[in-house]
Amino acid sequence: MLLFLGKRLLQLIPTLFFVSVIIFGLQQLLPGDPALAMAGEERDPAVLEQIRREYRLDQPIYVQYLYWVGGVLSGNLGESMRLKEPVLTLIAQKFPVTLQLALMAIVISLSIGVGAGVVSAVKKNTPIDYAVNLVALWGISTPNFWLGIMLIFLFAVYLGWLPASGYVSLWEDPWLSLKTTILPAFVLGNSFAAVLMRHTRSAMLQAMSSDYVRTARAKGLAERVVVLKHAMRNALTPVVTLGALELGTLLSGAVLTEQVFSIPGFGKLIVDSVFNRDYAVVQGVTLVTATTYILLNLLADIAYVLINPRLRS
Amino acid sequence: MAVAEADTLVVELSEESPGARAWRRLLQRKSAVLGLVVIVLFVLIAVFAPLITPYDPTQQSWTSIRKPPSLQHWFGTDESGRDLFSRVIFGARASLLAGVVSISIALGLGVPIGLLAGYGGRWVDAIISRITDAMLAIPFLILAIAMAAFLGPSLQNAMIAIGLTATPIFVRLTRGQVMAVKVEDYVEAARAVGNPAVRIAVKHILPNIMPALIVQATISIATAIIAEASLSFLGLGQQPPAPSWGSMLNTAQRFLTNAPWMAIWPGLAIFLAVLSFNILGDGLRDALDPKER
Repeated sequence: MLLFLGKRLLQLIPTLFFVSVIIFGLQQLLPGDPALAMAGEERDPAVLEQIRREYRLDQPIYVQYLYWVGGVLSGNLGESMRLKEPVLTLIAQKFPVTLQLALMAIVISLSIGVGAGVVSAVKKNTPIDYAVNLVALWGISTPNFWLGIMLIFLFAVYLGWLPASGYVSLWEDPWLSLKTTILPAFVLGNSFAAVLMRHTRSAMLQAMSSDYVRTARAKGLAERVVVLKHAMRNALTPVVTLGALELGTLLSGAVLTEQVFSIPGFGKLIVDSVFNRDYAVVQGVTLVTATTYILLNLLADIAYVLINPRLRS
Repeated sequence: MAVAEADTLVVELSEESPGARAWRRLLQRKSAVLGLVVIVLFVLIAVFAPLITPYDPTQQSWTSIRKPPSLQHWFGTDESGRDLFSRVIFGARASLLAGVVSISIALGLGVPIGLLAGYGGRWVDAIISRITDAMLAIPFLILAIAMAAFLGPSLQNAMIAIGLTATPIFVRLTRGQVMAVKVEDYVEAARAVGNPAVRIAVKHILPNIMPALIVQATISIATAIIAEASLSFLGLGQQPPAPSWGSMLNTAQRFLTNAPWMAIWPGLAIFLAVLSFNILGDGLRDALDPKER
C-alpha cells in the first residue's frame, strides 16, 4: 500500500509540472503587449511599468515561469488587478460555496445515478431499463445552464416555491441555504447522475453474469440479497474510479451553474475575472481547480485499492 | 442448389468492404438512424438558412418586442423584436460550425501527435503522454474558458480554444490504438520489407484506428457544441448581434418573467443537436468497434 501510494505521488510530479506550464503558457496567448492587455482600461505608464516588473515581462520566458511557479509553490498566486486582494484569499473565500454545491450535487447524483443504474441492470431489456437509458441520454445531452433556466422558470417564476438566484451560507441560515442551493445542486448533479447511471448499469450487468452471483443464487439466497450484497458491492468498485474521472465535468459544470443562479463561488469568480481581464485570478482558479481534480483522482485511486481486498496487498 | 446459394452468400458477405458493412450495421440501429436524420436536417437548415427564414435574424422591430409565438412569428420575438425562429435557424450555423471546426482542429493536431507518441521512441512518448495527462487534468470547460479569455471573445477564438482543449483526447486515443496495432503481424511485415515509419503509420496503422477515431469524433462534436453554447452563454463565443443558441439563452434569462419562450427554443435546439450526435456516436460505436463484433 505504501509503495503504491509512493508511486502514485511520484507520478503526480510531472503532471503537476506540465499543468503549471500550460496555465502559465496561457499568458502567451494574449494578443499584443501583455502588460497592456493585463492593465485593461488602465493606460497609466506607471501602472504598466509595475505590471512589467511584477510579471517580469522584460525577462526571458523561462525566467518569468520560474518566478511565477516559485510564487505558486510558496502560496503566492499573485494579486487580483481589480479587487487588489491576493488571489489565494479570493479563492479561499469562494471555495466553501462551491464545495457545498458540489457535495450536494454528488449526494443527489449518487442517489439517482447508482439507484437507477442498479434497477436498470436488474430489469435489463424491460421498459424500465429503456426508460432509465432514455433519462440518462437526456441527462447527458441537456446543457445544464438551459436546465437551470427552465427550473428557475418553473420553481421560482411560475410556482414561486424557491428563490430564483442568490446564496445564503449554511452557517447563516441552514434552511434558506438549502432553499437557495437545492436547484443549482440538482442542475449540477443531473449530468453527473446520468454518467454514473451508465457506469453502474454496465458494471452491474457484468457482476450479475459472474460466477459468484450464480453461486449465491444456487445457494438459494433471496434475489434482493444477491443483488444488494453480492453483485452491487463488487460492481461499485469500478464506479468509484470512473466516477472520480467525471468529477472534472462537475467542476466545469459549476462554472455555468453558478453563473445561472448568481452563486458567488469558484465558477462565478473565474467568469467575473475573465470579463475584468483579471488574468492572475483566471490562472489561479484554473490551477487550483486542476490540482483539486488531480487530488480527488488520487483519493479515488486510494479508495479503489482500499475497497478491493485483492489489491490491498 | 442450397449449397450453391449458401456459397454465393458467403462470397457476397466476405466481399463486402468494411465501410459498407459498418454502414449496413449502422442502418440496423433505429436510434442511430434517427440521430443521423436529425443531424442531416440541422446541416440542411444551417446551409439553406437564408432561404428558410421568414425574417432577417438581426432585423430589429420596435413594434413587435417580446411577442409570444404566433402565426406571424412561430417562436415569438425577442427583446429587440427580432424573429426568434429566424435566429434559432441561423444559430445552427454557429453551433454546427463550432462543433465541426473545433473537432477538426483536435483531430488535425491530436492524431499526428498520437501517432508520434505511439510510434516514436520511449522519450517522445513519455513527454507527449505527460503533457496529455496534464491537459486532461484541467477540467474541459475551465481550460476552454481560460484559453478563450486570453485569446479574446469571438466565435473563431472559441473554436480554437475548444479544439485545443479537445486535442489530448485524440492524442491519447490514437496513441493507445497505435500501441495495440503496432505489434500486429501486418505492421511487422510492413516494417520487415523496409517501409519507412511515416508510410507505415499513414498507410497501415491509420486505416485501422479510423473506426475508433470516427466514434470519438462524433461524440466529441456533441461535447464541442455544448462547449460553444456554454462559451457563448458566458459571452466568450459568438458576439451579438450575430445569433447563437448560447448567447440567446443568456439574453433570455433576463426576460424569464415576461418572455419565457425566449429561453425554450435555443435550449431545445442545443439539446436536439447534442442528443443526435450522442446517439449517432453510440450507434457508430456498435457498428464500427471491432471489440463489439
